[in-house]
Amino acid sequence: MSGLITVAVLLMIGLVFGQINEQNHFKRLQRDEEELSDILTVNLKTLPLDMQPNAMMVSGNVVVAVDYFKKIATGIKQLFGGRLRSYESLVERARREAIVRMKKQARDIGADAVYNVRLEFTSMGQQPRQAFGGVELLAYGTAVKLK
Amino acid sequence: MFDLILTNTETVPGREIVRHLGLVQGSTVRAKHVGRDIMAGLKNIVGGELKGYTELLSDAREEATRRMCEEAKVMGANAVVNVRFSTSSVTAGASELYAYGTAVILS
Repeated sequence: MSGLITVAVLLMIGLVFGQINEQNHFKRLQRDEEELSDILTVNLKTLPLDMQPNAMMVSGNVVVAVDYFKKIATGIKQLFGGRLRSYESLVERARREAIVRMKKQARDIGADAVYNVRLEFTSMGQQPRQAFGGVELLAYGTAVKLK
Repeated sequence: MFDLILTNTETVPGREIVRHLGLVQGSTVRAKHVGRDIMAGLKNIVGGELKGYTELLSDAREEATRRMCEEAKVMGANAVVNVRFSTSSVTAGASELYAYGTAVILS
């Protein structure tokens, strides 16, 4: 019985704080993306000819954890299959955050474009046989100055 | 940060590649520590960013890049182009961060 209560409490905490966290994160991402919209990001390999010499690699990474509610809800959803909205938003948050951080680094070194952007995904488990505890997203590219 | 030019494109703008020196690589295997794990366990209830892990992984990646740069310097290169990163989890709680690229001499 007490076990059930603990799970219920954790679910409630996960639901409430997880939602608040997620909404705040999306708001922050929206703001940062608008602020950094003047930095061009491209995943083209070839560089245009009209740019200033030299370049530097920039990267941004983030690890985002799943909350308890998502973990349990996903477990139930996996019985039926289909779309896992809760994980979609988790991965989206991580991906956008990684790109924002990469762009911030590019702005800090005075670049105005990032070429050949690559995204790398790693899922981080806590224990060997347990479902994953979070995702890591890495975004990296070559920052350049356009003429 | 590093005294070589690093890019993940095949060329460096405004510079010409004089010679290719071959593949250079750097790797490091890192484990997370218990303190961070406990914090991560708590974070797994409410969700959100795991700052400890973010730092751990970016430090490790920097270390891998530095090792790659050292290898390139030994070869006499002044730049590494087409750099790629990869991550693999070796066992639970430890990951290998790997950076590789082509060492070149720029004009």
